[in-house]
Amino acid sequence: MIRLLSLLLLALGALAAPLQADDRLPPAPYAYRQLDNPVQEQKAQALMETLRCLVCQGQSIADSDAPMAGDMRNQVRQRIAAGEEPEAIRQWLIERYGDYVSYAPRITASTWPLFVLPLAILVLAFLLLRRRFAAPEKLS
Amino acid sequence: MNEGAPRTSRWALWLPLAVFGLFVALVLYGLLRPASRDIPSTMIGKPLPAFDLPAAQPDRPGLAQANMATGKPRLLNIFASWCIPCAAEAPQLGELARLGVEIDGIAIRDHREDLAAFLARYGNPYARIGADDVSAVQLAMGSSGVPETFVIDGKGTIRYQHIGDIRADQIPMILQKLQEAGQ
Amino acid sequence: MIAELGLAALWLAAALAVLQLVAGSLALSGKAQGLGGVVRPVAMVQGGLALLSFAALIVLFCQTDLSVKLVALNSHSAKPLIYKLAGTWGNHEGSMLLWVTVMGLAGGFVALVERRLPEATMLATLAGQAFVSIGFYAFLLMSSNPFERLPQPAIEGQGLNPLLQDIGLAFHPPTLYLGYVGLSVAFSFAIGALITREVGPAFARAMRPWVMGAWIFLTIGITAGSYWAYYELGWGGWWFWDPVENASLMPWLAATALLHSASVLAARNALRAWTIMLGVVAFSMSMVGTFLVRSGILTSVHAFAVDPERGTFILALLAINIGAALLLFALRAATVTEGERFTVTSREGALVFNNVMLTGILGIVLVGTLYPLLAEAMGSKVSVGPPYFNPAGAIFAVPMLVVLAVGPLLRWRRDSFSRVRGQLLLPLLLALGLAAGVAFNRGIDLLPAIGLALAPALMLASLLPLRARSLMRTPLPIWGMVVAHFGMGVALFGMASDSAFSTERLVAVYVGDNVGVGPWQVRLDRIEPVAGPNWTALEAKMLASYDGGAAVEIDPQARNFWAPPQQTAESALLTRWNGQLYAVLGEQGEDGRWQLRLWWKPFVPMIWLGGLLIALGGVLALFGRVASDVRRVIARDKIAYRRQKQGR
Repeated sequence: MIRLLSLLLLALGALAAPLQADDRLPPAPYAYRQLDNPVQEQKAQALMETLRCLVCQGQSIADSDAPMAGDMRNQVRQRIAAGEEPEAIRQWLIERYGDYVSYAPRITASTWPLFVLPLAILVLAFLLLRRRFAAPEKLS
Repeated sequence: MNEGAPRTSRWALWLPLAVFGLFVALVLYGLLRPASRDIPSTMIGKPLPAFDLPAAQPDRPGLAQANMATGKPRLLNIFASWCIPCAAEAPQLGELARLGVEIDGIAIRDHREDLAAFLARYGNPYARIGADDVSAVQLAMGSSGVPETFVIDGKGTIRYQHIGDIRADQIPMILQKLQEAGQ
Repeated sequence: MIAELGLAALWLAAALAVLQLVAGSLALSGKAQGLGGVVRPVAMVQGGLALLSFAALIVLFCQTDLSVKLVALNSHSAKPLIYKLAGTWGNHEGSMLLWVTVMGLAGGFVALVERRLPEATMLATLAGQAFVSIGFYAFLLMSSNPFERLPQPAIEGQGLNPLLQDIGLAFHPPTLYLGYVGLSVAFSFAIGALITREVGPAFARAMRPWVMGAWIFLTIGITAGSYWAYYELGWGGWWFWDPVENASLMPWLAATALLHSASVLAARNALRAWTIMLGVVAFSMSMVGTFLVRSGILTSVHAFAVDPERGTFILALLAINIGAALLLFALRAATVTEGERFTVTSREGALVFNNVMLTGILGIVLVGTLYPLLAEAMGSKVSVGPPYFNPAGAIFAVPMLVVLAVGPLLRWRRDSFSRVRGQLLLPLLLALGLAAGVAFNRGIDLLPAIGLALAPALMLASLLPLRARSLMRTPLPIWGMVVAHFGMGVALFGMASDSAFSTERLVAVYVGDNVGVGPWQVRLDRIEPVAGPNWTALEAKMLASYDGGAAVEIDPQARNFWAPPQQTAESALLTRWNGQLYAVLGEQGEDGRWQLRLWWKPFVPMIWLGGLLIALGGVLALFGRVASDVRRVIARDKIAYRRQKQGR
């Protein structure tokens, strides 16, 4: 039953299911508050959409009401406001949680097939395609 | 059939089956060895991040990373009063404290009164308790939930991470990790 | 009693599936020609029995028969009847029973109506359908019996997650299942054709309506699911590249490619092996998707989600069904020549190109979805999300959409680009103009910019096949193609516009405060408590006015369900022709201010409007084809009747 519910929850996309009671503390200052500078806010938003919520099942921190996701948004927005670059913040998190925390896979020893496979598909498609076509003069 | 119709080369015909074979092998592996749900910290072996947390309770001082490098291995317990497994873990922490292990705590997103009630009910094994109201130190440690327990060696380096509550039968293992950190 | 009846019907249906397979195989091999005659009736009765079994389960759920384990676990006597009904398939066992029911009915229906193919191919097809069904019957009967009784009837059912009690969600799974399982017919046709080596236009014409029907349901299911996620989750997102979403997208991509290659086969007797391949792949993707969702293997961040026993059973089933089909393909396809040739610039050439691009996108989605599993096997944890899927998918999707604009204008077999260049001038200028306009507007990312430039040109170009035609006499399938392609452009525009122009406002306000979001002014008028059948909620009465116009009230809610306790945010949507205002009520802060999330999303409804247009295009084409088939059958019967009379 729990298993099924979790699947259905996943189907619903309502994925935040921490197995804990909720805390009573108000959200972190920038969990639900945008930065005043719209350029910075846009940067922060773009980054948050590609960071994985650690206590949810498959949501970015931009799409989650989990308190920890709020704390992560707070962290991201404050760092952006302090002038940090989005990729530096991503790097900071990857140093702590590994590649799991980022939805944007880096090219590493364990992820190269992700990037090689699309190219391989293209090449293979081209090779197979070439065989299907005839030169116009041969058709008449 | 017309003359000279292009024929798909034979190796290409076996390709789908080969790809499917790989898929089955991969999924079988995943089924037989279900992935753990834990997200381990990649801070093991690195020094503690810099932090300085205010006291979460009047009777215990706050916690800074400078307090952790005492020349002797310590436990850093990340917990919260609103977390049910943390309550289940409390007797084990009490037992470890009784055995002479020094334990520092970081309370995540906790109301002061809730925390006081929690400590009064389940015991207070902590030497210091820092209040981390926005999970900042938790994020800096690479911790992804409560409770988690880190073994910190005498120089302030993170040596081990235990995810989830410490069960009674895991106390010797924790002591072992502390001993290893002390060498 | 009803439970026992349902179980008996299920066993009988399974036995008939075995008979269908054995009789079909024997008749095919020539050992018992006489058995061939029983295959069709057996297929029909098998479908009927599966339906009877499913009907029994529906009755049990509607009566809330708590002596049945499945009902006790998933239903509750106080639930509204409609959700009791939906509860039948809202669980593992019930949904698998729905699966075999659809499969049995589809097989029975094929047996009933399909008379165009050689009888041997039909026997092989029906035997193939039975072969796949048997596995699922075995799965149900051995490890997922939906009719299991409890030793002691439960006093009350455990209920259903309130989130699932949503009318849209209640009918979302059966819609998708009709699509998934409908593709099994294409799979069986492909197997039948491989066995008898009868691959030609007649095969494609017989298979096409089935693929089309399944594809329509898939399109509607995916569109509805996306809209549901959009309004229910409260964050304004409509596609998350979540494994479950990808599981529904993969069969759709394969089925789309299959539809187009079947057209080539039907019209030009080319792409034989390729069409067979796609027929196998499309249903394989349905099964793989279902497996990935049902086994919980990709959601295993929660340990309880994995059920290795059931997962292994479905995997074995997959390995046998798909493995056998692909093995047959590898052994037989070399003798199925590719058929007629054509030049690069021809209708076939464009369709082949798009087939390959669709396959490429399918490959990306499959690789990206499975990659975390592969990484896990190599000892690392990786997440793959939109930053991978969007650009990687676009590498294939953008050239595909460009060719989609040109392809329908080309002639079959051989054509030249210079012939259609004139017609394409206008869309091309439109695309270039828009691209220039977008380029001036900095701050729009590359992908949405491409989408914004491409979509209107695509919409315009998709209408070109209607040029110089009498609209009254244009055949329905042509209309279907035009509408579906136009829908692609519409959906693309919605997607690009959403990511390029959406504005978001997160604010904390007191009652009476005004908030601006895009061209809107929104005033939080008051907060009121409201109560529903099994929830209470705080409802915000907000007055929204567009560009200084008259205010319209919208009422987002923060709902609290009490059994089980759960909070949901019910968003409020205000739709205008040029976009949607999206409002969510959050929590009240300690200072008394209310947290609001507001979005202005220009043209976002075009995403789902486009999806529905695509499905409508499918309906038109299906209707047109079936109507002309029926006309042909009637004409043939008339001739036969006349001949018969003359003979006398």
